[in-house]
Amino acid sequence: MPLNDSVNSIRLFSGFARGSLRLITRGNRAYALWLAVLGALIVSGALAYANQVRNGLGVTAMRDQVSWGFYIGNFTFLVGVAAAAVILVIPAYIYSWKPIREIVIYGELLAISAITMCLLFVTVDIGRPDRFWHLIPPFGHLNFPRSILAWDVMVLNLYFLLNFFVATHILYRAFHGRPYNKKIVAPLVLLSVPMAVGIHTVTAFLYNGLAARPYWNSSILAPQFLASAFCSGPAILLIVMQVLRRFTRFEIQDAAIRKIAELMAYAMFLNLFLHGAEAFKEFYSNTQHLQFTRYWYWGLGSHHTLVPYAWTAVALNLLAFGLFISPKLRNNWVLLNVGCIATYGGVYIEKGMGLIIPGLTPDALGEIYEYYPTITELRVAAGVFAIGFLMFTLMLKVAVPISLGEFQDTREKPGEVLCEVPV
Amino acid sequence: MPTEDQNPSRRLFNIAAAGAAASWVMTSCGPKRLYDAPKEKLRSAVQEMERKYAAQAGRSVSVSEAGAMPGVQFAYALDISRCIGCRRCVYACVAENNQSRDPQIQWIRVNSMEKDKGVDFSHADPYYNPAEVPEEGHFYVPVGCQHCENSPCTKVCPTGATWTEPDGIVVVDYDWCIGCRYCMAACPYGARHFNWSEPTIPAAELNPNMHYLGNRPRVKGVVEKCTFCIQRTRAGRYPACVEACPVGARKFGNLLDKDSEIRYIIEHKRILVLKEELNTVPRFFYFYAT
Repeated sequence: MPLNDSVNSIRLFSGFARGSLRLITRGNRAYALWLAVLGALIVSGALAYANQVRNGLGVTAMRDQVSWGFYIGNFTFLVGVAAAAVILVIPAYIYSWKPIREIVIYGELLAISAITMCLLFVTVDIGRPDRFWHLIPPFGHLNFPRSILAWDVMVLNLYFLLNFFVATHILYRAFHGRPYNKKIVAPLVLLSVPMAVGIHTVTAFLYNGLAARPYWNSSILAPQFLASAFCSGPAILLIVMQVLRRFTRFEIQDAAIRKIAELMAYAMFLNLFLHGAEAFKEFYSNTQHLQFTRYWYWGLGSHHTLVPYAWTAVALNLLAFGLFISPKLRNNWVLLNVGCIATYGGVYIEKGMGLIIPGLTPDALGEIYEYYPTITELRVAAGVFAIGFLMFTLMLKVAVPISLGEFQDTREKPGEVLCEVPV
Repeated sequence: MPTEDQNPSRRLFNIAAAGAAASWVMTSCGPKRLYDAPKEKLRSAVQEMERKYAAQAGRSVSVSEAGAMPGVQFAYALDISRCIGCRRCVYACVAENNQSRDPQIQWIRVNSMEKDKGVDFSHADPYYNPAEVPEEGHFYVPVGCQHCENSPCTKVCPTGATWTEPDGIVVVDYDWCIGCRYCMAACPYGARHFNWSEPTIPAAELNPNMHYLGNRPRVKGVVEKCTFCIQRTRAGRYPACVEACPVGARKFGNLLDKDSEIRYIIEHKRILVLKEELNTVPRFFYFYAT
């Protein structure tokens, strides 16, 4: 009976929804405080954004000379996080390496949150957000395949849907105590690997394809994007893993964490090597195109706002590499976490401001306009990050108990009560 | 009212039909790219613009919908040896094309360069402000849209809100642009300008002779650029900058007309285009006449 089936599935879903709601609304004091902080940042960001919509993007520091800034920098960085979170799928599913396999679902949830932040950063950057539907056929017109931005819109949304479907399917089935549908999930998970590489490659090509900007117009950009992404994405996951292990019954083997740290060391080596290769080409050939790299590392004339950031990024990346390459150092928990934070910080700087601003400074006609984000930009960006973190927190709050078997469909066992899970 | 149809498939059909009708209404009646607008639709859109701008300015406004003339390929030439850097072209352009006065938008940027260094943008100064021009030891290179044959800006636009017209003019549909500014990143000449806040023009200074792809008023959050004064040139007139130039450094014409001045210059003078290595194939030539 199809009608009975649909009624039944609605009942199943409402049980899941009510249970989830109960989970995310309960928690200890630290959880409540965390949500309050995120909520405050979101409100502050929303107010700043409302002001930006009313007065125009003139409230940012962006101008005709530097027409992209902090928002697009964050967007680029987060595409990398989204891509790398899923790269853990490779060892998990291809080699069936169990310690990592258990945490893949969290990589997918991180990817979902990161893509949401990416799409929000693009939304806050555009001048006419009310016209976003101009991108959506048949109402609008998507300049596909000519515009790489059209490609990016497509792959990011597909990647979002893919991860969303796989993660919710696995969790929902686990909630009902049923195994997930291997025939659907396995190919989709395998597909998510080339798609993860794809979203980041397309995002690199977005900049790479612009001959007007020599700093971006280098074929090393896409590989370098991937290398740095494979550092920053796992850096976040490693910290999340430790938090989960600490505050829930969730068990993650040390072996899994150490393996990921080892992979990060190789990725960071590749990242530094590619940076070095680019720096060699620029400095040795010493053409006029060197001015962008020079602006980032040394400044031009009296303009050197970004120089401290450039060297901070280099120092953090070198530190992270040093810590992760040695098994003795990376097996020390404190140093491991220092390495994670250094990686995150280093890649955040080089891939955000360090990619966008020197790409546009000096501008196409040689003018130097020193961009530095305004308070509005910082508040809006903090708000977007808070939305992403909130999503990730709430999803974890539901996903962790499901994986632990603490949060399951209880209709069959009326006596049982849902477990209370701290954090 | 008694409900007659208890039949689920019939109800489903009704829902589907309503959905289809709604999406048809949205796709066919909603605003669309001016690029795709058929003639009658364009006519009514232009009349709508005239009404709107007239109400805003409190005076009558005409918006032309003149298309490209057959057998016309516009091109521009600028004599670097004549230009004295007076910026009259800049201000004539602002007045003609209804560029925002506050914040200031200018489609032409005049760069002061040192004679010792030659045409070198890394040493150019667009903010030169001496008591008198030309300055000793300097020459001037005004830069606006180069109306590239192989235009990187139109290629990257995700919504197809900017394109090259059949007579070679690169235009923007201000009603379709979403303000992503990808075109600005792609332009090697800094020719595209963004409305960072609501553009303002005193009503008395508004040029009422407009073209739907040219100097009609813009709104906050969209990109604009030089259109070779499409409202003038498609009516057989020179661009405002050509008329304003006191030394005759600016030349404009039809490349396909063998007897045109622009053809003479290309065939007889030493010409160059900016950033030739990028293969943008500009329709804007610089030359040295003396």
